[in-house]
Amino acid sequence: MNMSNWLYSDTVKEHFMNPRNILKDEENFLEDGKGIAGNIKCGDQMMMLIQVDKEKNTIKDCRWLTYGCASAIASTSVLSEMIKGMTLDEAYHLTPKDVVKGLGSLPEHKIHCSVLGDKALRAAINDYYRRNGMNEKIEIEEARIVCQCMNVTDHEIENAVLEGARSYIELQEMTKLGTVCGQCKDEATRLLGEYIQKNFPQKET
Amino acid sequence: MNKKPIYLDHNATTPLHPEVKKALTEMMEIYGNPSSLHSDGREARRRVEDAREKTATFINARPDEIIFVGSGSEANNTVLSMMSCPSNQCQMTRKMRNAVVTTKIEHPCILESSKCLKERGTPVTYIDVDEFGKIDPDNLRKKLNPNIGLVSIIMANNEIGTVQDIKTFAEIAHQNGSLFHTDAVQAVGKITVDVKALNVDFLTISAHKMYGPKGIGALYVKHGIPFCPLIRGGHQEMGRRAGTENTLGIVGLGKAIEMRKIEMESEEKRLLELKKILRAGIEKSIPDIKFNGHPTDCLPGTLNVSFDGAEGESILLYLDLEGIEISTGSACASGSLDPSHVLLATGLSAERAHGSVRISLGRENTVDEMQYVVKTLEEVIRRIRSMSTIYGRNIQ
Repeated sequence: MNMSNWLYSDTVKEHFMNPRNILKDEENFLEDGKGIAGNIKCGDQMMMLIQVDKEKNTIKDCRWLTYGCASAIASTSVLSEMIKGMTLDEAYHLTPKDVVKGLGSLPEHKIHCSVLGDKALRAAINDYYRRNGMNEKIEIEEARIVCQCMNVTDHEIENAVLEGARSYIELQEMTKLGTVCGQCKDEATRLLGEYIQKNFPQKET
Repeated sequence: MNKKPIYLDHNATTPLHPEVKKALTEMMEIYGNPSSLHSDGREARRRVEDAREKTATFINARPDEIIFVGSGSEANNTVLSMMSCPSNQCQMTRKMRNAVVTTKIEHPCILESSKCLKERGTPVTYIDVDEFGKIDPDNLRKKLNPNIGLVSIIMANNEIGTVQDIKTFAEIAHQNGSLFHTDAVQAVGKITVDVKALNVDFLTISAHKMYGPKGIGALYVKHGIPFCPLIRGGHQEMGRRAGTENTLGIVGLGKAIEMRKIEMESEEKRLLELKKILRAGIEKSIPDIKFNGHPTDCLPGTLNVSFDGAEGESILLYLDLEGIEISTGSACASGSLDPSHVLLATGLSAERAHGSVRISLGRENTVDEMQYVVKTLEEVIRRIRSMSTIYGRNIQ
């Protein structure tokens, strides 16, 4: 089979074929934190388990399982390699962009699938803090309402960007934002631009 | 390494029949415009009309009832657009009626056109299907009223292969005074289609689903039905589809149909046999599966199956790496976040729809290939399930 004409990059393919750090039923991996993200109804789910070096506050090891597509499998495999040795804080603040960079490239409509791994990772880190009474460390992902009429938050705008929204009209179609009074249009447009720049900087050519 | 892939995606498209290839190569020399009166033009015209004759005969129509178009989608769009067009001609076609009934398992080109009709003020209602994708005639009757101008029902579904009882539906539509259209893109060339026996008013055909070239289709329009073109501005196709004829495509379609006439019957039996082997093999070696579509009223070469705990796109791509080409109803393969509307309409759960694959067989597939496919599929499913959050585990 020709390597170059496969759907995604060679790195994606390699990780898809040989995913790293998959949890094996027989290995009795004792985790310090566990996170689950996604939903089977939407076609993907991810579970991430982490072991933490409590002295150094770093991730010692991790395992994962997924019900997901090729890009979810490949991106989580890459992520699972990246985070070993990272401090919890560094790992927590990894962005989908960092993961995609690790993969070489990913088609835009596949970004949605690849964010699942880092969502599960953040949930696992929070779970570790919770288990160890470090509640003050738990970062609540604060969402701010942008569209008051339809109750649409900045997080939802970012998600829409990750799922392909590139124009205000597409954003409206996906989130229903700005479809009542329309007062949020300017701010939503600004956020749209910021999130595109943040998540897809390579598109600026 | 460079082994030819095992192609099991014939409902998406088919390879050209070797005889079609020959006919196309020969036709490349015939450059005349069929509308020209000189001998090069007349030669092209002769070949176009020959293809029309073959196409008509194959479905028991008259040659003047066949319009060559650019695709099955164009044929479907042409029929539906007449239901909202304000021209006198179209008003006559639909007998001043202004509503359409179709189904939940149509091809996207019918569903999107229907959405557009709605936006133009033409009400559209959608008939439900049962768990096998079949339509109950009573469900059609319930949707009918004196304002329904057209009923459009897909003859054989592209995803699950379920074949509908078109003759009964056409009769019900006609009793209501409505016109009847069927999208027969997946049916013509795979099963017997006779427009007289079915008594349909419009029927859609596509060449590339039956070993013909892409970019050419045909619309059957029953003699006497007032017709309004979608593409205007030329006398071609008796003024019903403007634009210089795609002579290469038309000849390719004619040749593909000629070959179907010879091969279809024996191939139907052979594909049913291959599907039996495949189905039995999957059933025997892979647990926790569900076959989708109707067990008997189904296209001979179409098999749709859901695997619990395995996502369709990853099945597709792992199989691709092993040289097997299939298709999936999973959202991830489509670029949207929704799984197959057809599978959901049959009442399948979203989870099972995401884990579905479609295997569609064709004239070059062999028994040996089926055995390899079963063996590989078993390995791939086992592998995906071993890393699944939901198969045989409770992660919560």
